[in-house]
Amino acid sequence: MPDDLTRADAATLLAAMEAGETTAVAVAEAHLARIRATDGALGAFLRTLDDTALAHAADVDRRRAAGEAVGALAGVPVALKDILCTRGVATTCGSRMLEDYHPPYDATVVERLAAADAVVLGKTNMDEFAMGSSTENSAFGVTRNPFDLDRVPGGSSGGSAAAVGGRHAPLGIGTDTGGSIRQPAAFCGIVGVKPTYGLVSRFGLVAFGSSLDQVGPMARSVADAAALYEAIAGHDPRDATSIPEDPPPARPALDRGVEGLRIGVVSSFLDGEGVEPGVRARCAEAVERLAALGADVVEVALPHADKALPAYYLIAPSEASSNLSRFDGVRYGLRVDGPTTEEMMAATRAEGFGPEVKRRIMIGTYALSAGYFDAYYLQAQKVRTLVQEDFAAAYASCDALVSPATPSTAFGIGEKVDDPLAMYLNDVFAVPSNLAGTPAMSLPVGGDEAGLPVGLQVMAPHLGEPVMFQVAAALEASLGLDLAPDALDDAAEERA
Amino acid sequence: MSSAYEAVIGLEVHVELGTRTKMFCGCPTDFGGEPNTKTCAVCTGQPGSLPVPNAAAIEAAISLGLALACEVAPRSQFHRKNYFYPDMPKNYQISQYDVPICADGHLDVAVDGTSRRIGITRVHMEEDTGKSLHVGGTGRIAGADHSLIDYNRAGIPLLEIVSEPDVRGPEEARAYLAELRGIVRALGISDAKLEEGSMRCDANVSVRRRGDEAFGTRVEVKNMNSLRSLQRAVAHEIERQGALLDAGEAVTQETRHWDEDAGRTSTLRAKEEVFDYRYFPDPDLVPVTPERADVERLAAALPELPAQMRARLTGGLGLSDEAAVTLVDAGLVVVLDEAVAAGAEPAAAAKWLANEVLSWCREADVDPAGVPLAGDALAELVDLVARGTLSTKLAREVLVGVLEGEGRPGEVAKARGLEQVSDEGELVTLVDEAIAADPAAAEKVRGGNDKAIGALVGAVMKASRGQANPQRVNELLRERLTS
Repeated sequence: MPDDLTRADAATLLAAMEAGETTAVAVAEAHLARIRATDGALGAFLRTLDDTALAHAADVDRRRAAGEAVGALAGVPVALKDILCTRGVATTCGSRMLEDYHPPYDATVVERLAAADAVVLGKTNMDEFAMGSSTENSAFGVTRNPFDLDRVPGGSSGGSAAAVGGRHAPLGIGTDTGGSIRQPAAFCGIVGVKPTYGLVSRFGLVAFGSSLDQVGPMARSVADAAALYEAIAGHDPRDATSIPEDPPPARPALDRGVEGLRIGVVSSFLDGEGVEPGVRARCAEAVERLAALGADVVEVALPHADKALPAYYLIAPSEASSNLSRFDGVRYGLRVDGPTTEEMMAATRAEGFGPEVKRRIMIGTYALSAGYFDAYYLQAQKVRTLVQEDFAAAYASCDALVSPATPSTAFGIGEKVDDPLAMYLNDVFAVPSNLAGTPAMSLPVGGDEAGLPVGLQVMAPHLGEPVMFQVAAALEASLGLDLAPDALDDAAEERA
Repeated sequence: MSSAYEAVIGLEVHVELGTRTKMFCGCPTDFGGEPNTKTCAVCTGQPGSLPVPNAAAIEAAISLGLALACEVAPRSQFHRKNYFYPDMPKNYQISQYDVPICADGHLDVAVDGTSRRIGITRVHMEEDTGKSLHVGGTGRIAGADHSLIDYNRAGIPLLEIVSEPDVRGPEEARAYLAELRGIVRALGISDAKLEEGSMRCDANVSVRRRGDEAFGTRVEVKNMNSLRSLQRAVAHEIERQGALLDAGEAVTQETRHWDEDAGRTSTLRAKEEVFDYRYFPDPDLVPVTPERADVERLAAALPELPAQMRARLTGGLGLSDEAAVTLVDAGLVVVLDEAVAAGAEPAAAAKWLANEVLSWCREADVDPAGVPLAGDALAELVDLVARGTLSTKLAREVLVGVLEGEGRPGEVAKARGLEQVSDEGELVTLVDEAIAADPAAAEKVRGGNDKAIGALVGAVMKASRGQANPQRVNELLRERLTS
């Protein structure tokens, strides 16, 4: 048990609390203290919930001491992306539109976290309505990368990724529509998981691209991510797209090793142009390590993967253009008055939405319009089917697939804000799994020449979480990395 | 309008389902209540909320489709119809688009004894919107100070039934709507009240020269709140369009508003606005895939439909076509059946329902389908008349008392003092008094002048204030004067 509780992962904290070596209140206080000290530099949290967090922690301690039932994550702090509804607590989605929006209900994931007795420390920053890959699109300021404060943490779940990477919380909740968990996890040197579509309820997740959105865990170890995944997954009758069957458990698979598994390397991703040498080198080494651990490593092709990104950038904005229609100033959120209802709505939306959100609403509205629907939306859906078929073919011969999580490591703040297409390319390896609805995760496999984390993506077939976690855990154990970032502590020291 | 023209009419009917809960959430659907008290995160479109389809509403849609001889789609989809309107919480309506749950059916409609088959294009499911209340000005949105919105109605399940343009006249339009309403009520899926808006009908009307294949320019007419109002509005619109064509003018494609008081239509939207609803499959919902076994179960469970009811009434019960149509349309067959089961003679019970009960409903502005009359009460009334305890005239008064909730017929008759005087002693006294009061008439009867008895009967009836049984009075007078 480290002296500094913020250096411990969730499993270590749980064991220490169970053993009576520390308390949930002490754990929460340690993290809140670190947030107070260094979140000014990091910008991971939009708001902390000190009172409710400490009260929940105290309740956990009382129940644990009394021998009463506690949840599977009792007393472990978690950072919650500000796109999941929390009853009575502002849920902004990083948007002016919802700056003062206090939902009347809790998201199912929030209820499940409470049932697991995870202690929600606060709500984290994000690209507005989850649209972005750098968290620079938040209306409430940028979040920085804990490895280099001049760089982005990735996005859109950049706040949760930076919080976990920067030791402001051992666990984080993100959402992934087109890489929004995996890309920031890769940039911040942590583990990020997008489960199979339908395993985690979307009820209370403010919708971006409904057919793609999925909530998932972020953590500093594969085992912690698996524990958080198990806590939040499960059927929800309030989500018609929720899978009725019990989710496949992840933790029993963690120490099975990879011997005998056939793992496909998506060669077009690994050797693709635009992949930075440091990323390619670390990922290639990771693949070699898997082979050394006994996996049968083969090259696979996803022939339509190059069409996945353009298809994604039609489907997601189409759905978003409709999902975001409800933000009109009538019922909740921002209202900018106007002489007529239409003018009020238009003024509200003009002022409430940032430029990237407007761009995607326009793209989506256009793609769904009469005369363009077939050429854009329907065509993109056909590509989606082809991508699904590509995966099906690959999984006919492979247990899991691997690729770089992202083409590059974390880029500089401001570097790509004026180049949306360059920004979109961050997610080129991530979106195929969203289109297919299949699980995928990113785990750190080393640093590039600048010491910035590189993420490897592990992908698995529908409901293939066990094998995905199995591969990631084996690799993590074998690599034995210690990627602790010190930029934050250096900055804090300099200031002090 | 000159008979050179033929009307081509298609009807779009919306039916609010009487399911316990809304289409996509658990909020209650019952009418009334303070504004915005029957709402939740889902039906007010809160961020993050998700729709879950109401299985009972899906079954209601399938049942109606089956009753209309439609094909039930093995796989249909919910689509989003996108447009901005403040009483629509999400600024899109969840509806069905290219694959409705039921399609390609028909409905046979009779006018003046001639039956015609009207095609049913589709039956689809959707959710209702909220209601806007414009405060200040004229109550319309233009000129209002501000608007209030009540979302209690938002999310109530609706079925939309679209006919082919097969209807050819106002009477047929009315008959179609009446028949459809009868089916919906027989299925028990909605109270289908046109006056209260739980059933709404829009008519697409055009006219063309007789013999022409091509349709004329179509006008959509809205705001008809009764069967009669639909018939009048369609008749007016056919007349208006014919007059335009006669005058060499063109019919404008538009939406027109029926003014019931003025008896005419006026332009609602000057030109059909071109909306692009950007329909696409709702990604929050999975396709509707009813099991074949469930469809078969629903088909087997279909109740007696109006056409079958009419056949039974005219066949087994021996009623006239006219009576059968009247009772079925009015939704009074249940009361009739109960009365017959309680021993009433069918023709007599039917007559009471078709005449007295219906006219009371009209005066009291009560929907006959919900008339507060139990079948066994009607049977009791019929029986009291048959036994001579009540004259037809008194029975009408008793019926009104029953309908006004004063009790069962016997109780009402007693309470209102309307029972016929059958008390022998009392009648004998009255008869003797009449004879004593008019000895001349009595003498005539004794002398064999049978007609003279009428004056004496009249005197007894008058003395009893109409409550004596005339037949018995007649008998008593004869006993006294001829023995």
